[in-house]
Formats: sequence, C-alpha cells, structure tokens
Amino acid sequence: MRYASILDAIGNTPLVEVPRLSPSEDVQLWVKLEGQNPTGSAKDRIALALVEAGEASGEMTPDKTLLEPTSGNTGIALAMVCATKGYRFTAVMPDNASAERVQMLRAFGADIIFSPGEKGSNGAVAMAQEIVAEEPGYYMPFQYGNQANADAHYKGTAREIVEDLADGNLRAFVAGLGTGGTLMGCGRRLREHDPSIKIVAAEPKLGETVYGLRSLEDGYVPPLFDPDAIDGKVFVGARESILWTRRLLEREGIFAGISAGAVIWVAQRVAERVAREGGGDVVCLLADGGWKYLSTEAWTQDIDTAEAQVEETLWW
Amino acid sequence: MPVSVRIPTVFRKFTNNESVVEVEPGTIAAIVDQLDGRYPGLKSQLLADGGELHRFVNVYVNDEDARYLDKLDTQVSEGDTVSLLPSVAGGSPS
Repeated sequence: MRYASILDAIGNTPLVEVPRLSPSEDVQLWVKLEGQNPTGSAKDRIALALVEAGEASGEMTPDKTLLEPTSGNTGIALAMVCATKGYRFTAVMPDNASAERVQMLRAFGADIIFSPGEKGSNGAVAMAQEIVAEEPGYYMPFQYGNQANADAHYKGTAREIVEDLADGNLRAFVAGLGTGGTLMGCGRRLREHDPSIKIVAAEPKLGETVYGLRSLEDGYVPPLFDPDAIDGKVFVGARESILWTRRLLEREGIFAGISAGAVIWVAQRVAERVAREGGGDVVCLLADGGWKYLSTEAWTQDIDTAEAQVEETLWW
Repeated sequence: MPVSVRIPTVFRKFTNNESVVEVEPGTIAAIVDQLDGRYPGLKSQLLADGGELHRFVNVYVNDEDARYLDKLDTQVSEGDTVSLLPSVAGGSPS
C-alpha cells in the first residue's frame, strides 16, 4: 500500500481473531492491533486529531510550541505528528516512565519536562497546566478533555471495527480506561450501530508505589469520561496483565503492551457472559505493542520479579 | 467461607489498621452495615447522605465495579472479595 505521508498510514489497523484465547467456541474473540500504527500505539490516531483540531480552531500556529502531559504513548505520537508538520513539541512526563519512551521522545526531537514519578500522570497534568498558565507561547491540546480524542476513535477505530465485522455479530467491546477517549468514542459509534453492544472498561490496579495513573481512583475523573456511557468496569492488577500478555504471545504470537493483557483478561469474563447469552463476536482493543516495555522484563523474568518491576513503571 | 473486604489505607483508622476484614455474605448494603457495627463511623464514609454509594468511593466485587452490577443491592457470596477504593474528592488535579 502506498501513502503520501506517514500521517496517512495512521489507522486501518488489523483486526485479528485469537481463537486460542477464547473461553468458548461460541465466542469469536478478536484483537485490534493498535501497535501497528506508525509510532506503535493507538495514540497516533488522537495525536493527529488533536493537532488538526488545534490548527482548525487557530489555537495551534507555527510560532507556538505544542505541550502535553503524557505518560509516553501520546507524547511519542504527538512528537511524530509535530515533526512532520514542523512544530516544536514539549512533553511533560512522570520521571518513572519506561526508558524506551524517554528515548523515543528524544529521538523524535521532543523536549521533555519531567514531573515527580510518585505523583503519576496526575502530577504531569498538574505541571503542564501550571506551565501553560504561566508561560505564553504554548498550545496544550489536553487529551483528557479534548473531544477530538474521542472523535478520532468514533471516526476511525470504531468505524473500522464495524466494517471488518459487517458479517459478524458484535456483542461486546473491551478497552483500557485511560483518558476515556477510546471507550467514549468507540462506545458511541458501536452503540449507534447496535445499542445492545456492551462496552466494558479494564482499569489498572496500581501498586502502592505508583498510585497516580490516570484512573478514576486518583480522584481525577477525565472530563471526557462519562461513567454512564459504559456497561462495566473491571479492575486488573499487574500480575494478571503480565500473565495474559504472555499468553497472547505464547498462544497467538502477538507481542502487545502490558495493558493488552489486562484487556484480554477482562475479555475472558465478558466472553463467558456472551457465551451464556448465545455467543457472538467480542473485540479487544490492544493499545500498543510490547516494544516499549522490554526494559520491564515482563516476558523474561519470573512472574514475581516481573510483577514488582512492572509495578514500579508506568505500564498503562 | 466468609467474604473478605479489602480496606484501603485511608479507612484503616476505622479498622484498627486491619487491611482485610472478614464479613458474612449478603448484599453490599448488608456488608456495609456489618462493617459499621464493628467499626462505627465507616458507613458514613462509604455512603452519601441519600444512602447511595458515595460518588468518590468505588466498591468492587471480585474486581468488578459494583456501580455496573446492582450497586448496593449487589449480592456478595461466600469466598468473594470486596475491595473498597476511595477517590480523592474533587474532579481536578490542579
């Protein structure tokens, strides 16, 4: 396939069936491989949408520096989009983000301002808001509250799922809860297609050391996220996430990020319910590939060591 | 077999620092009453004035958010685990 620019290569990710991970022969379990996007995560979709929304509104201009709080994937995606468009980009990121994320951001030419790791993503959000309030010359799209985030999934991700399962019987969609953009945007489109489709969130259960990740339990409800717009929410710890990320690789040959294991684990419960109600298709959104998590040794250490190392890293 | 209730750090001042408390099976509402009988004051932390779950408290039954089950009427069976999780009040990090 030919593209005029790397930006045109965003989206249209593969939807792959993973029969060896389905708990029932009446349920077809599918994974949408967002790691196949240019910088390796679903965030390429929203990065392009956020920058284009800023350009369209006139808030993002060539004299400005784009600034965004991010634990990594959104930053890397924004850095790529800004590089192709000639904008400067600064990421505000917790200092315990994985080493790969820091290296990738620098490789794409981004500046990084580190926020205290123990304050998690919320600390990065607060620091970014302070910088933008005090210093002119920045434009912050703010993925947690920008409708362009959810719209990118409404117009892209969910449309692709509906098209790819045109001959199927989609019963449920499972994705991780971060900004809420994926769940809100995909949920809205999928329910327009069929209101009976269940939208289920996987939510990170955090170690005592890293408690500030973007989950509702920090006391920060992302403005994009409407709890009434989903049908279920399941809490997943690092251990289950690692175990299912490994199973995904061992049984299906898919090398995905650690949050993918959380989503697959939740999908097991969801699929069992779907099976009891007559079966059908269940789609899991796998937000990124495994590459950026190699330094956590999630695949190479014994499970106890891997769990401890992942809990000290931003894995969501 | 009893039900295990996981108590987060912020509520342990009510439970003599116990992090896991065992209760009898029943609805979440009944479990909240059991907890309050043993640890007076805990109920007022968990429920809002109208008697529903406090907006900034999430209750999970075997890791599923009870808000999406039957809320306070969710049945908790023998051997289940209930986790209480507070959100810090306020919707903004700044």
